[in-house]
Parts: sequence; C-alpha cells; structure tokens
Amino acid sequence: MFLIKCPYCGERDMTEFGHGGEGHIVRPADPSALSDEEWGDYVFFRKSPKGVHYERWVHTHGCRRWFNAVRDTVTDQFLGFYKSGEQPPEIDGGEQGQ
Amino acid sequence: MSGQINRLDDGGRIDRSKPLSFRFNGKNYQGFQGDTLASALIANNVKVVARSFKYHRPRGILSAGSEEPNALVQMELGGHTDPNTRAPAVELYDGLIAASQNAWPSVDFDINAVNDWFKRLLPAGFYYKTFMWPPKLWMWYEERIRHAAGMGLCPSEADPDKYETVHAHCDVFVVGAGPAGLAAALVAGRTGARVILADEQGEMGGSLLADTAEIDGKPASEWVTAALTELASMDEVRIMPRTTVSGYYDYNWLTALERVTDHMGPGNGENLPRQRFWKIRARQVTLATGAIERPLVFAENDRPGVMLAGAVRTYINRYGVLPGKEILVFTNNDSGYRTAMDAHRAGARVYVADVRLSPTGALVGEAKTLGIKVYPNTAITGVRGAKGVRGVEVMELTEDGTSVTGAHFSIDCDVVAMSGGWNPTVHLYSQSRGKLVWDDARAIFVPDADTMSPINPSRSAGACAGTFDLPACLAEGLVMGALAAKDAGFGDGTTGVAPTAVSVPEEAIRPMWDVPCQGHKKKFHEFQNDSTSADLELATREGFLSVEHTKRYTTTGMGTDQGKTSNVNGLGIMAREQGIAIPEVGTTTFRPPYTPVTFGAMTGQNRRALFEQVRTTAIHPWHLENGAVFEDVGDWKRPWYFPQAGEDMHAAVQRECKAVRDSVGILDASTLGKIDIQGPDSADLLDMIYTNAWQKLGIGRCRYGVMLNEHGMIFDDGVTTRLGENHFHMTTTTGGAARVMGWLEEWLQTEWPDMRVYCTSVTEQWAVASISGPRARDLLSEITDIDLDAERFPFMAVKEGTLAGVPARIYRISFTGELAFEVNVPACYGLHMWQTLMDHGAKYDICPYGTESMHVLRAEKGFIIVGQDTDGTCTPMDVGMDWIVSKKKDDFIGKRSFARTDTAKPGRKQLVGLLPVDPEFVLPEGAHIVQDLKAAPPMDAIGHVTSSYMSPNMGRSFALALVRDGANRMGETLHIPLMDGTVQRATVTDTVFFDKEGERARG
Repeated sequence: MFLIKCPYCGERDMTEFGHGGEGHIVRPADPSALSDEEWGDYVFFRKSPKGVHYERWVHTHGCRRWFNAVRDTVTDQFLGFYKSGEQPPEIDGGEQGQ
Repeated sequence: MSGQINRLDDGGRIDRSKPLSFRFNGKNYQGFQGDTLASALIANNVKVVARSFKYHRPRGILSAGSEEPNALVQMELGGHTDPNTRAPAVELYDGLIAASQNAWPSVDFDINAVNDWFKRLLPAGFYYKTFMWPPKLWMWYEERIRHAAGMGLCPSEADPDKYETVHAHCDVFVVGAGPAGLAAALVAGRTGARVILADEQGEMGGSLLADTAEIDGKPASEWVTAALTELASMDEVRIMPRTTVSGYYDYNWLTALERVTDHMGPGNGENLPRQRFWKIRARQVTLATGAIERPLVFAENDRPGVMLAGAVRTYINRYGVLPGKEILVFTNNDSGYRTAMDAHRAGARVYVADVRLSPTGALVGEAKTLGIKVYPNTAITGVRGAKGVRGVEVMELTEDGTSVTGAHFSIDCDVVAMSGGWNPTVHLYSQSRGKLVWDDARAIFVPDADTMSPINPSRSAGACAGTFDLPACLAEGLVMGALAAKDAGFGDGTTGVAPTAVSVPEEAIRPMWDVPCQGHKKKFHEFQNDSTSADLELATREGFLSVEHTKRYTTTGMGTDQGKTSNVNGLGIMAREQGIAIPEVGTTTFRPPYTPVTFGAMTGQNRRALFEQVRTTAIHPWHLENGAVFEDVGDWKRPWYFPQAGEDMHAAVQRECKAVRDSVGILDASTLGKIDIQGPDSADLLDMIYTNAWQKLGIGRCRYGVMLNEHGMIFDDGVTTRLGENHFHMTTTTGGAARVMGWLEEWLQTEWPDMRVYCTSVTEQWAVASISGPRARDLLSEITDIDLDAERFPFMAVKEGTLAGVPARIYRISFTGELAFEVNVPACYGLHMWQTLMDHGAKYDICPYGTESMHVLRAEKGFIIVGQDTDGTCTPMDVGMDWIVSKKKDDFIGKRSFARTDTAKPGRKQLVGLLPVDPEFVLPEGAHIVQDLKAAPPMDAIGHVTSSYMSPNMGRSFALALVRDGANRMGETLHIPLMDGTVQRATVTDTVFFDKEGERARG
C-alpha cells in the first residue's frame, strides 16, 4: 500500500489514486505529419525502466488532479512529487521522456 | 483434577481454581483458565488429535504455538464453525467444542489410513503422475482426492458473528511482546511516541512466560508484569494482545488480526465483534517476532508424542503440564538441555540423545549434574507406537553423521522432545522486502539489515534477528526501539539502563538435516502435507532443482502453516541432494498472511447492504411500488421491465415495445451520465474529444457524438447540447459517466491546461424521463408552458420552461426512433414529474418501460450500445457511422489512427443487421457466425451476434452482428451453429429495421 503525496492534498493511501503511466509524453502537435511508426510510438510504446521512472498519478478519490511522481521501480521508493507543468526534479540515473 | 493425569500439582500460569469444561471428538474433558486447547488435551493425555493430510497417519500435538502443523481442529458447530484452527493457538474457554479433521469415520480409526500401508506407492508427484489421463476425468478425480485429503469443513450457513476493520497510525509499531519487543516498546513509549505493541498470544511476554530465567534478580514474569504496567500507563501506547500481524506491505503498512472475543467462545462477546482486522500505517517498525524451533528429520518422527523440545518446556513451565513420564530429548544443540532439566525437575525420567560428537557445554554439564543420562553422537533410528510413542531405537552415528553404525538399542519413553535448532521468525521482515543471509556457523537465516527496503523502515530485535541470549535480547530491544523512536522524531536514541539477566553461553549446533537410519523408514520434514526426505530425494532425481519447483512438486511448505517448521529442514535436504550449500538453494517466498485470516474479518462491516454501493434515481420509489424488475447497470438499479399480472419477461417487453410505438412510453433515463461543460474554449475541447464538428452548433441545439481513444476506437457516445455560447450539456452512457469525466479532465489537465474549460458532473442533479411515442407531444403539452410545435421546437433541440409546475429542460432527442422528449427537472422534483406524467398519461395508456424494451427499440433503429455492439476494436466506420467523422477537422483524438494499416484495411469486422431465416427464433447474443459450415468444430468464425431480440413491431426476430467484411455481404445467408449442435441461418441486412427514413422522430 504505497503512501503517495499528492502535491495538492498531502500524503494519502494508494487506493485514492490512479496510475497514469509514463509522464512527460506530449501529444504530437500535428499527428497527420507523423509516420505510422512515429504515431505508433506515441500511442503504444512506453518506457518500463528498471530504476528511476517519471510517471503520472491522479488523485481520483480526492482532488481529482493529475500530478507527476518520480519512482524507483526496483524499490518502489518515491523520489519526488510535482505538479503538472512543473519541472521534474533532477535524479541521478533518471532519464526523462521527451 | 480427574482425568488430567499429566497435570502438575503446581506451577505454570494456569488458574487451578477455575476449571473449564470442553468437548473434543465427542468426549468431555476439563482444563483450567489459562490453558490452550493443546495444553488441556495434553493434560488429559489425549495423544492422537488429527490425521495427516495424505497418509492419514495418526498425529499428535507438535508445538506450543501458531506454527503447529499437525493439531488442526474444526472449532465449534453450525455457523460458528472454523476449520484448520491450530490447537496450541486456541485459548480454552468453558464449553469449547472441537473435533479432529482429516479423519473418517474417527480419528482413532480412519479408513483412508490404508494410504499409509501403500505409502511406497504414493511418492512425490503421485497425483500429478497418476491422474493425468484422460484429461476429462481430472475433475472427477479431483473431487475424490479433495474429499479424501480434506482440510476441514466450510460452514454451510451464514457466519453469525460480527467483524470490524479498523485503520490506525503510529510512530513505532512493535511486533511481538517477548523480551526484545517489550524492551523496544518501553523505550519508544518513554519518548512520547505513539506506539502500538501487538502480540499474537492472549498473554504478553513471549518466551519469558515459559522461561525459568531471572531479570533484574527476579523471575522474568515479574519484569513482564512491570513492563506491561508501565506501558499501560502511557497515553500514546496501545497494547494489543491476541493480535497477529498477518502482513507487511509497502510503506510500512501492516495488517493485523485481533481476536477480540474468540477466547470467550461463540456468543459470549456481547456487543464486541468476534475479530477486528487492523490496517496500520507505521512510521517505524520494530520486529520482535521471536524464533520457531526446527524439528529433527528422523525415522518415524511423526508419531504422536514426538514434540518440539521447546514446546515440551512451555507445557511444563507455562501450563503446568508434563507431557510424558519418560522423556527422551533428541537434540543437535544446547537448547534441548533446558527442556531436559525442566522435565527432570517436574518429575519425568529424562534421557538425552545428542547428535553432537561430544557435547560439553555449560548446559550439558548442568544436565549431567542433575543425573540426566546423555547419549552423545547418537541418532534415533525408529519410533515405536503408532498412536503414542512407546519407545525409540537409537544407534551410534558415524563420524561424518551421514550414517549409523554399531548395534541399535531401545529406550522406553512416552515423549520424544526434539530440537533441530531455532529459526528466526523472519516472515514479516521478508515480506517487507528485506533480504536474508545464511549464518553458516549457527545454521540459520537472519535478516540482512543492509538490504532493508528504503520504503519499509524496520529493525529486527531479539531472536528474530538471531539474538537468542536473554540479556542480549533485552539490550537489542532497547537499542532498536530507541532508534525507531528517534527516526520517527522522538527522543535522542538513548536507551537508558538495560535490565540485567544472566548470559548462558551455548555450544555450537551440529546441523543434521536428515538423520540417518537403517532401511526405508518415513522421515518427515513436512508434517502438514506429509512430505518426507525421500520425496525430496526423488524430486531431485527427477530433475527438480529450483526450490520453487521442488516446493510445489513435493508440497513442502504448502499447507496452511506455510512450512513454518519445515522449510529450512527441506532446504537442508535439497542442498545435500544437489551437493550445494543451503544459500545456493535459495529460499521460497514468505507471503501474507502469517497465519490464516478469516474472510469475515477482512470484509468487516462491509457486508449485506454495505457490501456494494447501490445508486438509485429520484424516481426509484415509484419503480418499487409498481413492481419493476431491476437490472444492475454499473452501481445503478435500473428498471429492467415492468411485468403486469401474469406476464413473464418476454410478454412484458413485447407489450412495452408495442406501446411505445403505438401510443406513448416513459423511461427513467436519470442514470445517463451528465456533464456540464463551461468556458470560452468548450467547443474547442469538444472538437478534439468528438469526431464531428461543434463550433457551429447553434445555441439550443443538440448533436450526437462518439468519442474515440487514440487508437481510433469508440469508447463512449451520447448527445451534447449547446445551452449558451460557452456552455454545453454532455450526456454519456450510464456505465461510462465516470470514465468520460476522467477522460475530459485528463486531457484538460495534462495536455491542454491552457484551455479555459470547466467540467462538472451533474448526473445526480437532474432527474430525467424520456417520453417516447406518437402521443408524446399531446401528453407533454398538457403540463408544460414550453411551445412544443414541431417547427418551433424541432428535432435535436432544447427548450427551457416549466413542466408540472417545476423548472424543466426538455431535449427533443430520441433513442427509440419515435417522437420523443427527454424531460429534465432538478432531481428533487423527479418523483413529482414522473407522477404527474403518469397521471396525465393515463388517457393515452402511457406505458412505463425498462431497459430491456429500450434495447429492443433502439436496436430496431440500429442505434448502437457502446460495449455491447462495439468491443474496443470498432471504429465509427466499422459500425456504419462514416457520417459522424468530420472530414474537415485537422485533428481529433483517434483521427490519426484511422490511417494506420490495420485500421484502414478493407474487410474489417463491421456492424450489420441479421434477419434469422426462422422469424420465430431469437439468436443467442454472443453466438458465432460462420460462412463455411462444417460438420463439427473447428470452423472459421467470421463474427458474432451482438444484440438479438424479438420485435413486436416487425413481428419477427432480428439481430445486430459484427461480421468480417459485413458491409459487402448484404443479402448473404450465414450460419450460426449453436451450443446444442443445431444450426440457425440468417440473412445479412443493413442495421436499420424500422422506419428507415427516420420520419417518426422528426414528426
């Protein structure tokens, strides 16, 4: 049962949250300009690192806001939480999306 | 004290002035307050308490704790009955009723014990090997095997007990109230930290309750009492006896089962729950869970009367019960001598057989001084007495300990007290993701503190950390408790003065995982599942090397005890067989729960009406009064149909469908998802979310839209209305309301945060009645001030005004294809609106209809239900809705995926209509459709039936179906082979069956 710190509400049990997968993926501005492979990469492909992962969470049963977290997928330790639109914290070994 | 022939005259923590009566296997016995069921049975000299799982061998009580693998009993009767209860963990109460498991017809004569005579034929993997073929018979075999190998009985009636689930938070959670745990709780509590101290037993003190040691120069029990008194005086400390910490989950979230009234017996807890299931979030955890003694794996070591040495000592010192008159202690370490000496002092004739070559430690010397005969370098090679030990055969060991030599001789005894060493109870530490290291000198797995999970800050203290000497346990408890408090923000980590106790040095253990004997005698390492060292040898010979595979193949550690007494012995034998070291074999995974947890406790208060939430509309009372049959849609209760006297579902639905098209029907549509969308960029959002164009939709006009995901597949649909320049009212499917709301929010928050749009769920704010049929306008015009004229209030428009004297919005939209209005009023007026419509509708024979008729009517029109006629692989084009996809918009969610190879390819599954050749036959939904019919499966299925009904308006059956290349199959006749072997045929049509021109809705 993760303990997740919503940047708006504070620490809450994991059951209040939904997981939104990899963070910092920007929807292409002009999808029609993309090749099938590029579009497929956006729609289907996500990082699954062993280690530092920048990911999205939503406080579904709370403030309903989306935010970002950095989590070490080996230990499940959260290394930081930040609001959508904020710069992610610098983490050793972290490799951000786009 | 009649009958309690093994009860000592004095000593122990039982209250001899409070006798308790109980019943076991139909016989009446007596014990005392403070007994467990196990100690009382031993006091009464009951040797055989269970039959083993596979061979149905008679088994006695092995242990004095929750690790018990043998003495599983069925507690109590009727709804209170509870299987697989461990007798040493049951506190005795007056009137207790228990019975043996695994035994039929009785524990003393068990028909399935024939398995034991044929045990040579029942090796590891026997069931896998024997009952594999033919595969069809496995279900039959399994039922018989399960009966023969049963593990207790489920109650057949509802559980009459109450349970609770409770959440708690603390700074320091101390698990286990032995010397280390009490010391940790004391030092942490003194800092003012919030401390929870939990222990699985009714009385706290752990090993000290059965020890003869002194602390601070007084009996240890006095220190325990003083510690508990001090803890009880601290406001921030919660003391939880009878509480087993069952699981250790991430971020120091632990679960615990508190047995609140089990020790009082069924029905005696008054208003208290039977059990509470605790969910505890702790800043810091101190584990002080003690150690569990290992059996020795020797020939016929499962005879009733072969017990763990520490358990024998506990029964003597804590319960005042001497399990035997002549006790042979069989040991490979010094702790067995403590039992030998306490048994000797309690009046038993005691011998020690020690596998060590020449034990000379302090405890050994002390025992010899008492006159106890010690046989060094000696192995038990056989045990006499199938229903109770009568004696043992012993032989000298060879120097390397792998075989026996010389002549065997007999020792008469009625109890064998064995000790193979003590395993630190590392289950919770392991569950917390901590790794274990093998301490070869002491032959134990201990927590590797360096690998502590960063998310689960915990410390182990005392025996569970491999610290067995009493003064060291106390000191370690203090240190770990003080550090836990400090890390939680309390105190400075200092411990204060440690209580004093005498250190007793112990000589090294001689690990002997498989004690040699002559011939082929059964040596059990795993009692609960009847697995022997020979089974492990066989598994290795057959190529099972991974510990996880071997465990499953031999069922080692797979009983309800999860191998608490068997796992390390099993690993030792596996290591020998494979010629590798124990840490190379690895360990199996410790999983929650530590001991079984009743489902009732986990469910807690969430039973019956609280089990699942139910949503009802404002009009629900009317539905109840008028005999609606309900259907669950999401959490909603929706009227399915309204049967009249004598009608079955079919008759009711046919009547309702006809009434809507002939006169007027009324449907409670309140459950449709409703989202109020406001803000200057609302139309821009809709343009991205929907496939069609929204900028030019006029104020007061409605438009149908479908939503796609980025794969281009439909995931919801509904009508959205423009109420103002920057104000829209969106409707969604009943089941999709929350999903769509989340979808809009996700895009707005994460992708387009600059869009000025605000979404508010208003599903429950509006009550909605859909009035449908040729007389809909006539009816409404009687009770509304809104002008319903067809020109001024056209199809797909909205008007505001009053209806039945209350404010209303009326949407002229139709899901039946009839002239229809969806009347929305504030939910508080919903029932009034409905009743008024019913009163005025009487003259038009207004017909309330439910979701089933709604489905039939919409299917007659070819309107899809997302999730029924689509399945997440359907584009708008696949369901014949090319018209809803804007060609002009540059972008919307899912658009780009239309051009992907697979989405754009011809011949995809497409939605079509089906007219069965037999107009009386309603095809089953989900039935497969084939083109080339074969005599028997397999056949190539080209699609399936998605919706299928009998239409009273067409006077025939019809269906919708997803069919490969369906759009190009108009007029083809396809086959639908059914489960019963018959085959139906149907002709492919377009999807609109009724009023193809759509005149009726626009009238």
